[in-house]
This record gives sequence, structure tokens and C-alpha cells, in this order.
Amino acid sequence: MNRTLLSLSGISKQFDGKTVLDELSLTIDDGEFITLLGPSGCGKTTLLRMMAGFELPDRGTVTLSGADITQTLPEHRPLNTVFQNYALFSHMSVFDNVAYGLKMEKRPKAEIRERVEEALAMVQLEDFARRKPHQLSGGQQQRVAIARAVVKRPKMLLLDEPLSALDYKLRRTMQVELKRLQRELGITFVFVTHDQEEALSMSDRIVVLKDGHIQQLGTPREVYERPANVFTARFVGQTNFFPGRVTRVEDGRISVDVFGLNRELSKPSFRVVMNQTLHVLLRPEDIRVLAPDDTEGVAGKIVERNYKGSTLDSVIELEDGSHVMASEFFDEDDPTFDYSIGERVRVSWVDGWEWLLAEEGDEPLTDEEELAADDAEH
Amino acid sequence: MMRSIKQQPFRAVVLVLVWGWLLFLVLAPNMLVVGASVMTRDPSTFISLPLNLDAYRQLFNPLYLEVFLHSLYMAAMTTLICLLIGYPFAWALSRVEKRRQMLLIFLLIVPFWTNSLVRTYALKLILATNGLLNSALMSLGVIDEPAQLLYTEGAVIVGLVYLLLPFMILPLYSVFEDLRQDVLLASHDLGAGRFATFKNVVVPLTLPGALAGVMLVLLPAMGLFFVPDILGGSRNLLVGNVIKNQFLDARNWPFGAAASIVLTLTMALLMFAHRLSKRRLGEEGA
Repeated sequence: MNRTLLSLSGISKQFDGKTVLDELSLTIDDGEFITLLGPSGCGKTTLLRMMAGFELPDRGTVTLSGADITQTLPEHRPLNTVFQNYALFSHMSVFDNVAYGLKMEKRPKAEIRERVEEALAMVQLEDFARRKPHQLSGGQQQRVAIARAVVKRPKMLLLDEPLSALDYKLRRTMQVELKRLQRELGITFVFVTHDQEEALSMSDRIVVLKDGHIQQLGTPREVYERPANVFTARFVGQTNFFPGRVTRVEDGRISVDVFGLNRELSKPSFRVVMNQTLHVLLRPEDIRVLAPDDTEGVAGKIVERNYKGSTLDSVIELEDGSHVMASEFFDEDDPTFDYSIGERVRVSWVDGWEWLLAEEGDEPLTDEEELAADDAEH
Repeated sequence: MMRSIKQQPFRAVVLVLVWGWLLFLVLAPNMLVVGASVMTRDPSTFISLPLNLDAYRQLFNPLYLEVFLHSLYMAAMTTLICLLIGYPFAWALSRVEKRRQMLLIFLLIVPFWTNSLVRTYALKLILATNGLLNSALMSLGVIDEPAQLLYTEGAVIVGLVYLLLPFMILPLYSVFEDLRQDVLLASHDLGAGRFATFKNVVVPLTLPGALAGVMLVLLPAMGLFFVPDILGGSRNLLVGNVIKNQFLDARNWPFGAAASIVLTLTMALLMFAHRLSKRRLGEEGA
């Protein structure tokens, strides 16, 4: 299953002297759903366009199933794209839009008809074959774009923010639909989005991009629970950053002073020295809000409460003025569970649910660098 | 509610103005032309009763039919050349950076500020036997003696193209502006090469603009009588010359009126065809 389908190596691209992609390398496995996630201008769309062949890299190579396709024209690549604004042919019917790719392959008429109908059935648009694109809703146009791209049975489907023009509810439906399609077709999906929630719920792996560099590459769970750096932690989901100071270093364990509390934590993968300051990261759902008379935690008061249906999100101001976001599920045993603004509480978290990051500038060290640093010290 | 009542006098004034304009300045003159076309030629009062269709019958005179066909041929050549120049020009124009685009469109429109008669005379100076073009070609050694450029069919067509090209470019530019780059990319992505993309996507999506351009060039090209007057000599006449001559020289108003009505009907037919093609392509066009 983990056969490499597409690999990019040492890809660099500049536009008007501005570096968009910088020595980027990435391999995509056959059959996976991989998401390129990042803020606008991070290079995710450029990367996708390079896979499609719409953009050529200044340096580096693109390899598909072992063959170098760096300079191959888009029309000769066995990949298809779903465009952000669908890019349907407005002068053709839905049927002709979907049939276009097969006509270009000069397939027999009967085969074209059969495969187009099959593709339209897959996106539940059988009854719309004769319509023109402008007679369809946004969601339906989206489905036509998908049918048009998958009808050629590409090795890989490239999706450029395909859901960004849809409203929230439709977007959720299409997310589920796309996942289903990907399972049924068994095609590799490369999905570009700036929506971290979308990335987390759909992907097998997420590539977090910023300024043309890969910030992190991992499963949604890895990216969310063990962010590689401050950027990823901030970009993917909400995070509380608590300032910590190392007070003791042992084999496998360290002690960290957080808001005057001394917490014993497992040693992170990067190098830690005494008195070093570091970030202790906690997701809002990792935070425990305790009664004011509890012995644990740090004292604070509720400054914001937000009823979210399934959770109650609150913001607690600590005595030093910093804010903590907490998100708690409703407790079925306690139907009156709620806070009022100004209510005094204590804030804590379950040991082991925190994630440690070095202060920015201190990039996490690789094993080799760690050894080298150790050698230098001794 | 208050607002709409207050606005009603204004609405009434506008409606009266628009309808008045259409009735007195569009419908009435045209009806006068229709009226003149079915009357009898009269040397002293120009037109007189009885009503008849002699003028229309006269149009089928082989002599006039020949003029009409030759005129149609020159107008069609003009349109074709305008299309061949205008299409790539408009495409390139739509791909240029926005600020430069405005400058280029401005340059395209600047000649309109000079009277077209003056510009046609300028063209005459270039094409004349001892004009700029002949002198240049002779000094370059391309030709030994001046070529007959003026008073030819070619000169008329050059003049018409020169005057009418912007009318082809502007509607084409507007459809190319609407032609989204990602639609072309989608075509390539689905396996179409450059030519297939041009044939299957670019041409159908820009067809309404091309048709609008053809309409704006073809009919004026049949009517611009001063171009053959200045550049064409006696053999290269347009329908416009025939109409002008009937009114001003031959004093045959019914015939001139009939000829101009046929021209107007041709235009109406073309506009109808244009609307049909637009509907077929869907409201959105591009």
C-alpha cells in the first residue's frame, strides 16, 4: 500500500524574484488522501499546479511512478484537477463537460456514454446531464467538476480548494462525499486547503506549509497533538501557550515551572537544559476547570463563556493577566453545569496531555544534531 | 411608499423623453424612408403618388445587383481581415498587464477623435502614385516604378479596415476579458492540446464577441460611401454610394430609400442571428 506514486524533490520556484517554494521535497503514496495545508501565499497552490503541470519548477524534479514528468505538458500527465472555481465549460452541457476528457482520448462513442453516465451517477447528477452549468447550483457545479476529473480514471486527483466557494453546511456534506469517492475509486487525492478543520477531518496525511517550506508532515493526529513548531501549533486548531521554565532534568523526565506550579513532565525530543524556557502547549479541550476551593491548579476568573451546543467554551483570566481557553463537554451528571462571567475558578490539566515546544528560533534538533551538540558540551 | 410616489414625476418625464425620442427620431424617419420607397419618382417634388413597388423591382436590375454583390464582397473581405487581425489582437490585449491594457485601448480609441474623412484623405496621401508607400518601396529597391495602389479594390478595403478595425477589436476584447485562464487549463488538464483547446473552448466561448464584431463591421462597411469616393475610383462602389447617388445626384428618392431599407433589413437579420447564437451559448456567455 505504501508504494510511492509521486515524488517531488528539491523543488524551487520564484515569482518576480519572490521565493514561493524553496528546496521542497515530498513523496506521495499511492492511494492516500494527502492535504496541503497553509495560509494564503504559503505555496500550496503553486505546488499543486506543479503536479498538474501548469507551472514548471525553476529547480527540482517531479517523478510519477518512477518516470520524470518535470517538463511534461499537463495534457500528457495522467492526473486531473478539480479547480477552485470549477472552471466548467459554460458553453457545453453537463454531459459534454464530463465527456470532454474522453473525447480528447478519442474513445468510442458508446464507451464515452457509459463512462460519463457512470461518473454522473457517482456524484448523483444522472438527471442533470442535459443542463448547462449556469443552470446548476454551486454544489452541483462542484460535483460536475469532480465527475469531469475522475471520469478519465487518473492516477491522482488534484483538488485546489474545491470547497471554499460553498456554504458551511454544503461544505460538510461535500467533505463526506469526497472521502466516500476517494475510498470507492481508490485514487490518490491531493487536496489543497487553508481550512485546518477540513484538513484534519479528511486527510490520511497533512503537509503543513509556510513560506514555501514544509513545517510538518504527518497524520492529522500527529499534527494536532504533537505540532512540530509554534506555527503549526497556532495554525492547526486553538492552543494555549503556557510559559514554562525547566527546574530539573533527569533521564526521561523533567520538571517545569508553569505559573508557579511545579509539574513533572516527560522529556521532549529536543534538548533541554536547566533554566531553559519553553512553551507548554495545551489544547482547550485538555484544560480542566476546577472549583475555586480545589487544591490543584492556578487561580483565575471566567471572562468569557460561549455556549457551543455540545461544548461550553470559556476563557479564564489568570492572576498574571494571561488568558486560557477551555472547552469542556457537558457533563450529563450535572445538568446545571455552566459558568457566569467573573466566577472564580482554578485551571489545571491532566498530566501527560501537554506538549512541549522549544522557544521559537530553537528549531527542534534532529538526532544527529543532538549528538553533535552533546559532543560539543563535553 | 412615499418614495415611489415622489419618484413618479421623474419616471414619467424619463419615459416621455425616451418614448418621444424613439418615436420622433427613430420610428418617424424610418417610416418616412419606408414611405418614400413605395412612392413614385418625381423630378420637381422628388416623390409623388401613386404608391408602387417599382423601386424594389429596380433593385433586381443586374447592374445594381452587381454593385450590391461587389459591395458585399468588399465588405465581407473587410470583415474577414478585421476578424483575422482583431481576434489575435484582442486576445493578446486581454493577456497584457491591466495598466498597459488601458493604455492600449486608449490608443485604439484616439483615432476616433479625428474626423474619419480627414483620416481617409491621409490614407490617400500614403497610397498615392507618388505617395509615402510607393516612395518608400522604390527607395528600398523593392519596386522600380510606382505601383497602382490608389483607386483599386484593395485601397477601398484597406480604407475600410483602417476605419472599422476598432469596432471588431472592442467586442472581442470584452469576451476575451471574460475568458478565464483556468478554463483553458482545465481543457489542457483533460488531455486537450493547444489546437483542440482553441477549437473546442476558446472559439465557442468567444464566438458571441466575434459575431458582435462582424455585425459592427459588415454593415457599416457596406455604407461608408466616402471611402470609395476618395480611394476607390468609379468601379469600386459600395451600396452606400448607390444610396447617396440616388438621393443627391440621380434624384431618385424612392430607389435610394428602397436600397437603404434592404440594407437595414440585412442588419436586422444579422442581429436576430446574433441573438439566437447568444441564447444557444447560454446567458452567461463565458
